[in-house]
Amino acid sequence: MKPTKTLLGALAASTMLAGAAAAQTELTMWYHGAGNEVESRVLNTIIEDFNAGQSDWTVSVESFPQQSYNDSVVAAALAGNLPCILDIDGPVMPNWAWAGYLQPLPISEEAIDGHLESTIGRWNGEIYSVGLWDAAVALYTRQSTLDELGLRTPTLEEPWSKDEFMAALEAAKASGEYDYALDLGTAWTGEWYPYAYSPFLQSFGGDIVDRSSYTTAEGALNSDAALEFGEWWQSLFEEGYAPGTSQDPADRDNGFNEGRYAFSWNGNWAAAATLEAGVDDVVFLPAPDLGNGPIIGAGSWQFGVSSECAHPEGAAAFVEHALQDEYLAAFSDGIGLIPATREAAQMTENYADGGKLAVFFDLSSEQSLVRPVTPGYVVAAKVFEKALADIANGADVADTLDAAVDEIDRDIEANQGYGH
Amino acid sequence: MATVTSDNRGLRLAARYLSLVLVSLIFLFPLVFMVVSSLKPDHQLLADTSSIRAFLPVGDISLDNYVNAFERAPIGRFMLNSVFVTVVTVTASIALCSLAAFSFVFLEWTGRNVLLSVIVATLIIPFETIAVPLLLFVSKLPWIGLEGLEIGWLNTYRVQIIPWMVDALTVFLFVQFFKDLPRELIEAARVEGASWMLIYRKIVMPLSGPVIATAAILKSLVMYNNQYLWPLIVVQDEAHRPVMVGLGYFFQLQIAWGEVMAYLTLISVPVIAFYLVLQRAFISSIASTGVKG
Amino acid sequence: MSSKLTRSNRAGWLFALPGFSLLFLFIIVPFFFAFYLSLTNQRLVSPNPTEFVGLENYSNLLSLAVVTLEPERDEAGEIVRDEDGEIAYPRVRSITRSDDYPQYRGMGEWFRWHWGDDAKVVIASDVLFMKALVNTLAFALFIVPLQGGGALLLALLINQKLRGINAFRTIYFLPVVISIVVISLLWRFIYSGNDGLLNNILEALTFGAFTPIDWLGRTDTALGSIIVMSAWQGMGFHMVIWLAGLQSIPGTLYEAAAIEGASKWQTFRYVTWPGLRNTAVLVLIVITMQSFAVFAQVDVMTNGGPLDATQTLVFQTVERGYGKQDISGGATISVILFLMVLSISAVQGYLTRERR
Repeated sequence: MKPTKTLLGALAASTMLAGAAAAQTELTMWYHGAGNEVESRVLNTIIEDFNAGQSDWTVSVESFPQQSYNDSVVAAALAGNLPCILDIDGPVMPNWAWAGYLQPLPISEEAIDGHLESTIGRWNGEIYSVGLWDAAVALYTRQSTLDELGLRTPTLEEPWSKDEFMAALEAAKASGEYDYALDLGTAWTGEWYPYAYSPFLQSFGGDIVDRSSYTTAEGALNSDAALEFGEWWQSLFEEGYAPGTSQDPADRDNGFNEGRYAFSWNGNWAAAATLEAGVDDVVFLPAPDLGNGPIIGAGSWQFGVSSECAHPEGAAAFVEHALQDEYLAAFSDGIGLIPATREAAQMTENYADGGKLAVFFDLSSEQSLVRPVTPGYVVAAKVFEKALADIANGADVADTLDAAVDEIDRDIEANQGYGH
Repeated sequence: MATVTSDNRGLRLAARYLSLVLVSLIFLFPLVFMVVSSLKPDHQLLADTSSIRAFLPVGDISLDNYVNAFERAPIGRFMLNSVFVTVVTVTASIALCSLAAFSFVFLEWTGRNVLLSVIVATLIIPFETIAVPLLLFVSKLPWIGLEGLEIGWLNTYRVQIIPWMVDALTVFLFVQFFKDLPRELIEAARVEGASWMLIYRKIVMPLSGPVIATAAILKSLVMYNNQYLWPLIVVQDEAHRPVMVGLGYFFQLQIAWGEVMAYLTLISVPVIAFYLVLQRAFISSIASTGVKG
Repeated sequence: MSSKLTRSNRAGWLFALPGFSLLFLFIIVPFFFAFYLSLTNQRLVSPNPTEFVGLENYSNLLSLAVVTLEPERDEAGEIVRDEDGEIAYPRVRSITRSDDYPQYRGMGEWFRWHWGDDAKVVIASDVLFMKALVNTLAFALFIVPLQGGGALLLALLINQKLRGINAFRTIYFLPVVISIVVISLLWRFIYSGNDGLLNNILEALTFGAFTPIDWLGRTDTALGSIIVMSAWQGMGFHMVIWLAGLQSIPGTLYEAAAIEGASKWQTFRYVTWPGLRNTAVLVLIVITMQSFAVFAQVDVMTNGGPLDATQTLVFQTVERGYGKQDISGGATISVILFLMVLSISAVQGYLTRERR
């Protein structure tokens, strides 16, 4: 008697579950934040609110470790196993859109009104992805360092010129108080190189590829301005201003906080750790103007819809839900990123007017330039990274940049122009 | 009579132990560093790396890193997955590879040499080079399970097990060791009418303790420690993830080195335990193979 | 050697088939697919249709040429020299980027030598591949004796009847138990240039006379550092194989040697070493194979640098196939690697063949 009853009960329960599932269509979503508890918590709140707040869709999330996230997505695309909603690193989006991994995100223009332009992923005239935040890079230093070395504090309106910047490095080096004057973060291989260093090249007047056509790097990566940049880049290491490519990752994480570097070129995400480490008089300086205006990189993680998703309207509904200011603020408070809107910034602890990191919001809106918007960026970025590492290690500047141009151009040709 | 000799013997013994201990230091220091570091807060861990303190559990010692590591990732799940995949694969590997090696060494048949050369040649193929073709292949493979026929092996245990069951190294290992077994023993059994299966089970395998232990140890290391690229591309759900993919959970922008060390210490425990157990089997089986020669 | 007793086609195939078919399905078939890819322009991520390109991928990797650079001369026809008295040559890019030499377009300098006043420059269509090839060969050449020999010494050291010897055996094996990725991360701390552990130890041992070296940051020490670490890590692995071989040598042979009054060296030379022949072949082949597949250490520790000093073939395969989405280019390198190692192991097999 009893077993039968249990069985019936189980049957009834499973039917009810099935009924509930039928009413709400499941949307799978992949996210790059596995292992980051705070980030997962914020994301889960957004998803729970969404699932409870309407009756059409339920979103279920699968998280991946960030370092291998892109490989997982490419593998899934090859095997025809993509989820519905994808989390995408901004500069990679055109590559995936071009390859057919993504479909345009059917989102209303109102939903993204007032967002930092760099949080919106556009390709071929369509919106493919939207981000809840951006990131920005600044020149970390201490007010006491500036005072001791007698340096002017640069501002957004009046950033350091190249000469002022080099004089600052020389002063820090001459003081003898630091292992190195400038920590560029060369320990962080991968996307950090093009993200953090291509703005220097652009500030000299060069670029990774020619953005007017996107079909060649000739005349951009090996232009006179680029050669000048290369010589300058090499001098940073040859003159002993910055630690080379063999920098220990732990030194990167802690060297500035421990006072071993005078300046550090780092992202806003590291600011929390610096404040926590007790560097109370830390100041975040804008990028120097190396001749062609001060520039920092832009574009961070964004949400998009995969081409295998049968319900893009459901995905769009979720993304619009996630774009509410309170969530942008929650993410920002949780993991220190720059909220995509000014309204959300005001709701945060650090980016509100007078907040410790408020300067980053202005950096992001004033100085930022997205990395080349082309499917070819993924490969060009790799080539650029190697070229910069080689030049830092003493390779001939002109030959290295020429070789990089050749390789990028070969890749563009092999991909039949990447649709440009 | 023997004061001098015994002194000598004592000295010799001391010298032997001294050399053993000195060599131990060379092999031990990174592991001591790992375990000791797992007990320290990050800032101290990094500050200590430049001195002898890196190897000493001094300063601010606690198990905090372990507590935090368990909060960050489902470590138990990852270890269970890896242990399961490893045990099944190693067991199957021993059976299938020894069977094949038996056939290559003790039997003569048409195509034997060609097949063996082909197998040994596959030793050279780095896995990285076949990962993508293999991914495309397994994503289309059928499987008949409890729920009937399904297509695609992604997000399962079998996709982490079956492709790895046979490898050239294990076959080769068995081949090289079988060559040293006395053929007369096999031929004698054959004369007495024993079937090949019986000879394999009752004569060859019982004599193969050392090579079984060696093969099991080496294979389990590959399965437990080096499974990164493959699960990364064929397993997309957390429930099936192995330990090496789980390591990625600890490499955030600001790396929590103490937690990394704690995680590494934890995941090393099953392999070391497995090695210790097999080592015992290994020694006793050597004692029992005195018949050889 | 053929004997009626051991001849059995049915049993032979039956025993070998389960194992072989799995190997065939999951390694050989995918490898043939990789070979096919090397003949196409397949990309990892692309909407473009795949085209058959024949051997183009191979020629892109392997093309070499020698160009002669004549010294720069001033108006008087005198050879121009720089401050150090070195002859000044035109830049290689004046040839490789000139429209006069379309056949050299995109090639780069690999190395050069001097021939009279001229400089002979070997240019390659893929300098990176050539460097990776040389590094991989160097890696294999140095690690085989270092790791194999070291492991044999360990095995001999551990193969004695002493109280507590098992503990030592376990200790020597421990590095093998730790994943190479992890080991590489740990050794980055050890090799660190400023206040790394190794530099500190060497400074202490030489009472400060030693100048710290940035082990992984210098072109002349980076590859060597990786070789030493790799040899160290894998030594316990091969110790276990040597041990299994050592312990399969019958004790009676040693007793006989002792009765004959053989010295330690003689015992090793005439009893131990001959008894290890099959084991030696195994160790040699395994180390060679592993060294040709070196990847993780480079990926974690140096990323191929500095200045390509640690580029290896498998690192390039992965870098191209996955990083640069050039899956056919990556496949081409792996086919070349396969053919190369196959011929090396054929030679090894010939040299270590059974002499009966």
